[in-house]
Amino acid sequence: MPLSSADFAAIWLTFKLASLTTVILLVIGTPIALWLAHTRSRLRGPIGAIVALPLVLPPTVIGFYLLLAMGPHGYVGQLTQAMGLGTLTFSFAGLVIGSVIYSMPFVVQPLQNAFTAIGPRPLEVAATLRANPWDCFFTVVLPLARPGFITAAILGFAHTVGEFGVVLMIGGNIPEKTRVVSVQIYDHVEALEYAQAHWLAGAMVVFSFLVLLALYSSRKSQSTWS
Amino acid sequence: MSAQINVRLQLSYSGFSLDLDVQLPGKGVTALFGHSGSGKTTCLRCIAGLERANQAFVQINDEVWQDSQSNLFVPVHKRSLGYIFQEASLFPHLSVRANLEFGLRRILREQRRVELAHAADLLGITHLLERAPNHLSGGERQRVGIARALLTSPKLLLMDEPLAALDSQRKAEILPYLERLHAELDIPVLYVSHSQDEVARLADHIVLLSEGKVLASGPIGETLARLDLPLSQGDDAGVVIQGEVCDYDARYHLLTLQLPHSAQRIRVAHAPLAIGKTLRVKVQARDISLSLNRNEHSSILNSLQATVIGETAADNQAHVLVRLDIAGTALLARITRYSRDQLDLQPGQTIWLQIKSVAVLA
Repeated sequence: MPLSSADFAAIWLTFKLASLTTVILLVIGTPIALWLAHTRSRLRGPIGAIVALPLVLPPTVIGFYLLLAMGPHGYVGQLTQAMGLGTLTFSFAGLVIGSVIYSMPFVVQPLQNAFTAIGPRPLEVAATLRANPWDCFFTVVLPLARPGFITAAILGFAHTVGEFGVVLMIGGNIPEKTRVVSVQIYDHVEALEYAQAHWLAGAMVVFSFLVLLALYSSRKSQSTWS
Repeated sequence: MSAQINVRLQLSYSGFSLDLDVQLPGKGVTALFGHSGSGKTTCLRCIAGLERANQAFVQINDEVWQDSQSNLFVPVHKRSLGYIFQEASLFPHLSVRANLEFGLRRILREQRRVELAHAADLLGITHLLERAPNHLSGGERQRVGIARALLTSPKLLLMDEPLAALDSQRKAEILPYLERLHAELDIPVLYVSHSQDEVARLADHIVLLSEGKVLASGPIGETLARLDLPLSQGDDAGVVIQGEVCDYDARYHLLTLQLPHSAQRIRVAHAPLAIGKTLRVKVQARDISLSLNRNEHSSILNSLQATVIGETAADNQAHVLVRLDIAGTALLARITRYSRDQLDLQPGQTIWLQIKSVAVLA
């Protein structure tokens, strides 16, 4: 067996983290993207820029600020301590929060593009046909934006899988709690276990390729729809 | 008047303001007519609630949809209206049938006054029900859009230039359906258009808008013939006359129409129609010539006696528009200034007019 049980634990943890992050991001990213796509507010620019920040910031910067905020002296840390939850640093919950922030633009932007492409007209039509806003979202927006949701989910998941800097800053390297695949590979290399690093790294390459392949093939079928 | 539509709107944003207060008949087709930028579409969107005017009062027969004084704003989806957009805007992820059912399913069973089969038949789309919208022609799509709106059994139908995005052939394909709608369903319609022909064909009442203000509002026959409105100055100025069928000449395929309140008649080339039916015809101002005597020896079919009411300048130096009256039916004649002086036309004078051609509208 080329992969050790520690490797499998890291893969499982990565999968759990990426899945949970994707689900959370789809839930909170959708209203943000809807708002960004339809608002005429002056806050649209600043909010859009904040959401996009993780695209350009080094992960260590995000990780650093999250570490301070969630640590025992940070605002978030004091809040969680007051609630009797302890601190979120070096915990799986902390990793999820970090990942949500880190992968946010990869979910929000495809959704925003999808909503912008749909435009206001189908929503207006649905309203004149007696659909209330929730009804309209589920029966018109969701089906029309389906390709956008698929893209957002794939990108959010894949990007979380590829996370390294933020994890290292706020999660450290605790087996089965915060040691994800990218960190496990780093550990193998540090320990000069190149064979095992190879297996994991190779698996990541294959995985990433398949994800992008799925994405680009679905994009192609999208354009034949319209 | 019990059945009527009251609309009061005040709205302004950079470079545009809308300020109107009109009472419209609560049945039949009312055209909102004006150039682009006159505020027709904005007015329609405000009535639907798609746009929110700063100050508004919208009442459709016995229902108030908006009253900014009491802070009442009924959301669009709770207004019993049908809206037809310039492009049909069918839902691309649903079949034609599912598009039609979209609105139908969302109203209470006891409020349904139009059945799917009837609406599909009325608009000639029964054979398209199982198709996807992107496999329809522009005209078919627009007909589906109209049927979809009808199926919500609306108390008001709002149509925003439903024919503007179509070529003339497709327009000709849809117009008869709109006329059937008008004849068969008792739903008041507000119809936005910048085409005088469409308005003449469909509307009973017209509201003339310019730069967000109402220039005129009145029954179509009178309003089109008013000399004080820009409507009468253009080359396509004309009037709409409703006549009653009183005879049919099978040998020459000519239908005779009696003008209202008058013994005078006009003849038009048309398929036979039942005696007593009303027919709407458009007479263009440029197709009427005037003379002092009856001209018996002419190929022109229709020669009528009328009274001169007044005149106004046309859109160029050479022409004038003369308003004529036949027992309450107004007509416009576009003649040269030279002819006017030759005939020495005076208000009150009785003259003969020849109508070169009559377009049958409905």
